[in-house]
Amino acid sequence: MTSTSDGVGPPSPPGAMEWIRKNLFSNWYNSLLTILGATVVYFTLINIITWVFNTADWRPVTVAPLLYLVGQYPREELWRAGISLLMVTFLVGMSWGVWKRYVRAFAIFMGILLGILAVFPLETTTITLPIRAFMLINPFLIYLGYRIGRLQSVHGRHVATLWLITLLLIPLVILPGFENSSLLPKVPTTVWGGLLITLLLSVGGIVLSFPIGVLLALGRRSSLPVVKLFSIFFIEVVRGVPLVTILFMFSIILALFLPSESRIDRVIRALMGTVVFSAAYTAENVRGGLQAIPPGQVEAAKAMGLKNFHITILIVLPQALRLVIPTIVGQFISLFKDTTLVYIVGINDLLGIGNAVLNLNPEFVRLQMEVYLFIAVIFWVFSYFMSYASLQLEKALGVGER
Amino acid sequence: MVTDKYFHKKTPIWRDERVLKAAAQIISSLVVFGILYWAIGNFLEITQQRGMPLSYGFLDEAAGFPIKESFIPYESTMSFGRAVLVGLINTLVVSVLGILFATLLGFLIGLMRLSSNWLISRIALAYIEFHRNIPLLVLLFLWYFGVFTRLPDVKESITLPGPTYINQRGFYLTWPHLSDRGALFATSIAAGIILAIITWVVLRRIREDKGRETYFGRVSLTVLILVPLIGWFASGGEPLWFDVPVLQGFNFQGGLRLTTEFAALLIGLAMYTAAFIAEVFRAGILAVQKGQIEAASAVGLRYSQVLMLIIIPQAMRVIIPPMISQYLNLTKNSSLALAIGYQELFAIGKVTINQAGRAVPVFILIMATYLAISLLTSIILNIYNKRVQFIER
Repeated sequence: MTSTSDGVGPPSPPGAMEWIRKNLFSNWYNSLLTILGATVVYFTLINIITWVFNTADWRPVTVAPLLYLVGQYPREELWRAGISLLMVTFLVGMSWGVWKRYVRAFAIFMGILLGILAVFPLETTTITLPIRAFMLINPFLIYLGYRIGRLQSVHGRHVATLWLITLLLIPLVILPGFENSSLLPKVPTTVWGGLLITLLLSVGGIVLSFPIGVLLALGRRSSLPVVKLFSIFFIEVVRGVPLVTILFMFSIILALFLPSESRIDRVIRALMGTVVFSAAYTAENVRGGLQAIPPGQVEAAKAMGLKNFHITILIVLPQALRLVIPTIVGQFISLFKDTTLVYIVGINDLLGIGNAVLNLNPEFVRLQMEVYLFIAVIFWVFSYFMSYASLQLEKALGVGER
Repeated sequence: MVTDKYFHKKTPIWRDERVLKAAAQIISSLVVFGILYWAIGNFLEITQQRGMPLSYGFLDEAAGFPIKESFIPYESTMSFGRAVLVGLINTLVVSVLGILFATLLGFLIGLMRLSSNWLISRIALAYIEFHRNIPLLVLLFLWYFGVFTRLPDVKESITLPGPTYINQRGFYLTWPHLSDRGALFATSIAAGIILAIITWVVLRRIREDKGRETYFGRVSLTVLILVPLIGWFASGGEPLWFDVPVLQGFNFQGGLRLTTEFAALLIGLAMYTAAFIAEVFRAGILAVQKGQIEAASAVGLRYSQVLMLIIIPQAMRVIIPPMISQYLNLTKNSSLALAIGYQELFAIGKVTINQAGRAVPVFILIMATYLAISLLTSIILNIYNKRVQFIER
């Protein structure tokens, strides 16, 4: 600490002027570029700010914020969506407590976001005081979950089990409800919408596609020619066509191949499309991880007398999956963005709700820019924080630094 | 001996690896083909009820729907097959142009990202983060509804040098056409390119074999310029005439018209993919070890030589594989045109399904076409990839 004076220690950090000279005006063309860039940035920002605060008309967004969150989910049943949110935030908090920095950024972001939403100054009648209070509980619940998660007796596997139960409970029990039930009356998926559908499809897509993808990846590396052929065929066909065609196939063509009396729910069909699409990409990512496992691992396991099945489950997969976690997170982000395509097959996700708001109100006919920018911002914030979290994860796992 | 007896004991059938493997394959194929058989059985039953057999005869029937934008002659009286072909060509045009623009823009943004200038690097980062975290469909809507449908009227068109006119109805570009003797000029351009490549290869091989400087770069560049120039004069100095758009009444006549849908799709796709390509470029350049560049400078290579001979060839190895998947993504993403009304393969396929009422054949046709495009692109680029990869010894 004291050795800086005699010139042995590290050099003192450069001052602000030094930094500016070195990074912005190191030579004549860099100075020119800096001035040019600064001018462009200045005018772009000024234009954006004046547009956002003066020119833009945000009525299509502010008139019905709940529509963007849950679509037309019955307002008297809204508490069910609220309970689901509370369960998720509590588990996010617990995950933060158990897995520490892997989820820290995301948990803090979620708490702040919900806190801001709770007090956001909006003059609308739909966001009532109870809803605001409900939103405000979430940040505290995250903190509570964090404290509980940090307890000695709470382990990762407990939280993982809780996640699994919650992720099954929300889309299968709480949100759809049952026929002839007074507590949880049936809510058909036709009225689900907005961010709710977007999140359900992306989480459902990644969770369900993961095991299928792992099986396909193992199948592709299998020594059985028939299994290998089927896996390659499936993976390459799905990866070779656009997601729209797959969604379209499940929403329209699938019905022609099923017994004529069977009916599959619209949202389920879209989910099947996303799962099939995502599984093929997961398979390729996992295959990358499988290929990175040195053959010595398998040979050593064989020498120990393990069976093929046990070698795969105990030796190969745990190592391979650890390697591909960041890639899977990246894939989740792109799946999250890709769920917008379900709008094309007629599902009211975030984008579909935006379009419905625009098309149903003649006064909003020229306000597309505002609506799409609002949707873009929502996607941007979610994706950005997920990619940030994935970067942290990558650093923590030390992938590529072995 | 004990071991002898042990070895002669026959493996029971349920533990014989060959039997197990065969059984696993037979069972899995039975499951897959069973499901297929069941599904196709259902399908045949439904088609028999509705009376629409699985055949491609309808492709010759008249389509009966108009297409807004077509690069080959098309009328609504022409066949469904022709309509699908128009869609395929529209897909290919937008994909090829998109790939071209995305590569150029991506390269530029990637360079900006690598710049030592903090501000320039941050601007590039902002561009990349903006595009990577927003769904392409939302970006396309922003471009189409936010920008292109708000362009001025025909009367108040934006005029760019060229002249190019931009208004609500689209882009009107001045477009060159070959004049009567233009064929000669076109041939001379083609000849110039071919001759220049031959000169390059031959002179370069001579230099590599004999070690004598042959100035292959300069010589082939001269050939590239000189041969078309001769063609220009041989065709009487005016091989081309320009089709200039002119405002007549309520619309522009002449010139090349690009619809706003096409422009929105092209710009949206190219800018979106450029963000990913920029990252690919950056990763590729950063993957070249610093020692390589220092060693090259130490042996006295100029910076341009270091770039051409050391950095780019090594970066290419890292760049090509992810680049292939970006190009394929762009081609597949062009199917989102459906949502903004540019009629490419998928959009026309959907109209055809509605018009002809033959969902499955049309659908198989479209899937097969996309698959063919994907496979063809990846085969060609993989051959190129093999050529640039390290030959490990």
